[in-house]
Amino acid sequence: MRKLFGIATVAMLALGTAILPAMAADTLKIGYVDPLSGGGAAAGQIGLNQLKFIAEEINGKGGVLGKQVEIIPYDNQLDPQVSLVQIQKAIDQGVRIIVQGNGSSVAATVESFVDKFNSRNPGKEVVHINHAAIDPSLTNDNCSYWHFAFDANVNIKIEAMTNFMKANAAIKKVYLINQDYSFGHSVAGAAAEKLSAEGSSIEVVANEFVPLQKVTDFSPYIAKIKASGADSVLTANWGNDLQLMIKAAGDAGLSVNWYTFYAGLAGTPTAIQQAGMEDNVFQITEGVNNIDYKPMQEKVKEYIAKYPDSPIYYPRLFTAMGMVFKAVEEAESEDPVKFVPKLEGMRYANFIDGKEGFMRPDDHQYFQTMYISGFGALGADQPFDEEGTGWGWKVAAAVPVDDTIVSTTCQMKRPE
Amino acid sequence: MIEIIFISTLNGILFGMLLFLMASGLTVIFSMMGVLNFAHASFYMLGAFFGFEISRHVGFWPGLIIAPLLVGGIGMFVERYGLRQVHKHGHVAELLFTFGLTFIIQEVVQMVWGKLAVDYRVPPMLDFPAFTVFSTQYPAYKIFELLTAIAIFLVLLLVIKRTRVGLVVQAALSHPEMVGMLGHNVDRVFMLVFGVGAGLAAVAGVIAGPALVTQANMAHSLGPILFVVVVVGGLGSLSGAFIASLLIGLLQTFAVASNASLADLFGELTGTGMFIAHVSDIWNVTVAQLSAVMPYLLLVLILIFRPRGLMGTRES
Repeated sequence: MRKLFGIATVAMLALGTAILPAMAADTLKIGYVDPLSGGGAAAGQIGLNQLKFIAEEINGKGGVLGKQVEIIPYDNQLDPQVSLVQIQKAIDQGVRIIVQGNGSSVAATVESFVDKFNSRNPGKEVVHINHAAIDPSLTNDNCSYWHFAFDANVNIKIEAMTNFMKANAAIKKVYLINQDYSFGHSVAGAAAEKLSAEGSSIEVVANEFVPLQKVTDFSPYIAKIKASGADSVLTANWGNDLQLMIKAAGDAGLSVNWYTFYAGLAGTPTAIQQAGMEDNVFQITEGVNNIDYKPMQEKVKEYIAKYPDSPIYYPRLFTAMGMVFKAVEEAESEDPVKFVPKLEGMRYANFIDGKEGFMRPDDHQYFQTMYISGFGALGADQPFDEEGTGWGWKVAAAVPVDDTIVSTTCQMKRPE
Repeated sequence: MIEIIFISTLNGILFGMLLFLMASGLTVIFSMMGVLNFAHASFYMLGAFFGFEISRHVGFWPGLIIAPLLVGGIGMFVERYGLRQVHKHGHVAELLFTFGLTFIIQEVVQMVWGKLAVDYRVPPMLDFPAFTVFSTQYPAYKIFELLTAIAIFLVLLLVIKRTRVGLVVQAALSHPEMVGMLGHNVDRVFMLVFGVGAGLAAVAGVIAGPALVTQANMAHSLGPILFVVVVVGGLGSLSGAFIASLLIGLLQTFAVASNASLADLFGELTGTGMFIAHVSDIWNVTVAQLSAVMPYLLLVLILIFRPRGLMGTRES
């Protein structure tokens, strides 16, 4: 308890500057609880930039229900316990909408805390807008009425990715290589099952695990992939474990196609281009800038002009905030008790492509068109490159919403 | 089979030499000053970023000279105004000092170059496949890494064993007062040694930066593997570190190539129940999955059976 108090005190001092404006005026307060220091800070800062951008835009149009939107950052250091202290503080400052996403373990802690808090404090309910955590349990066994997931969860991504691979006749032998921890194992297990299911002509030639973020030299793994005769590699590796692997493949002259979850993360496009892997690396996301949809492209140009040093953003966060604001307007109230019923089941035109997605009331998982995109030199109508490489993400396939739907085990408990 | 053994040996040697390149500065500082420099990986990172910055303006090769000189200068400054003050409080204080330094350097690098990876590239002169064996290419840059590592090893060995400077440095470690009485400035000797150690770390950074990923967490992701090299080789032995690097490189590479598990050796486990369910997880772990642990296993075994390391001369 003393420790908790200590952390709270330090955090209060650190965020003292944020408290003053929060109390100054009657605003619609959004609490952003994500890492703003330490290892996850790069990812956390992107979300904060984006939320500020969104708030400025809507405030310029008169705000929501006539109120100005205010973004209050709370640094959770990617730590579940610190997150709870920060959320408690946010609640004390009148925040009722919590935006959080980085780290599935953090999201799980926040989700269950918010659920308990709301049942014990009627009249003070808060809502958890999860923009990034994709552990399936968040919207399955551990689902909550007060939690909304806007990124496609692991099951959805694997379903879409493996369907795309099975439909590609050129793919015959697939090498699975994933990081040796719970997430890597769940991806590998599900992918192996889907790829070698009945009616599939794909052979899974290996199911390899690499130690998490410990490998400096990937050339032995590349030698194994080569020896296996695989034509494609499926991997959920991220960060160094993906960048170094692709660079080692480039060095060794290994020519296979890479099907990834995280090739779009900061730093990886640079590594792919250095490795000379043109049009060999694919990723699955909710969309890329080079989709020919003008309203999005205009907005992205505006965003990049504002944050030239960090031109990365999360398309789904635009969609998520748009939906929250719409629900608040429709309910004519910023009370989650009133606007959550509007949010669940809402259909909404996605930021990235203008196509309609929907929030499934059964588990509060958002379903949207998923895109498989490849990385390489750009055509005339593809204006957006990544990290100044001159290469960009180009759509290889769009998976329509209806083909992304997976079942859920969630038994949603709605308040009386 | 021949193919796997040949390729693995080659990969292992190349990786081992990269390790030695990274560990040489650490060994120098440890063997001559007795300081276990935790900030070594940070100097390595500084080298990579300086190399990147210089390569953008005047090219890779000037960077290979200038960046280590700059980082060596920073190293000397740190020794003169930091480490020397802490020295009198003993080894723990030195250790903590260098440990704190890692965080400061990390933050500074983040402030200057940001948190994202920078586009540090292999120089065009070396950007081609040197040779191809069993349809696997080996880039010229890796051969350059290998040659640099060997060159550094030979030069250091010569300087320490065969020159007056090396003699004075060695003497200053065991008998600082006597060396001082003889008219040598012991403090300056130590400052130079620390500078050389930091400079060597920077050489590794300049060379490894383009081959790996140059970003603000690269010091952190290098991890404790270099300490394993130094300890296994024998604290303070340059030849030991060289052999240990090769050994660890080969060990890890061959481990990755092997898919053997206990299940392959003794057959699948049969039966059901909680116990079997737990054991079967361990039963099916392959040697490849354990590759990252291998160096540390070696470390533990060496410390138990030969505490002075492969070529070490002292017990501690």
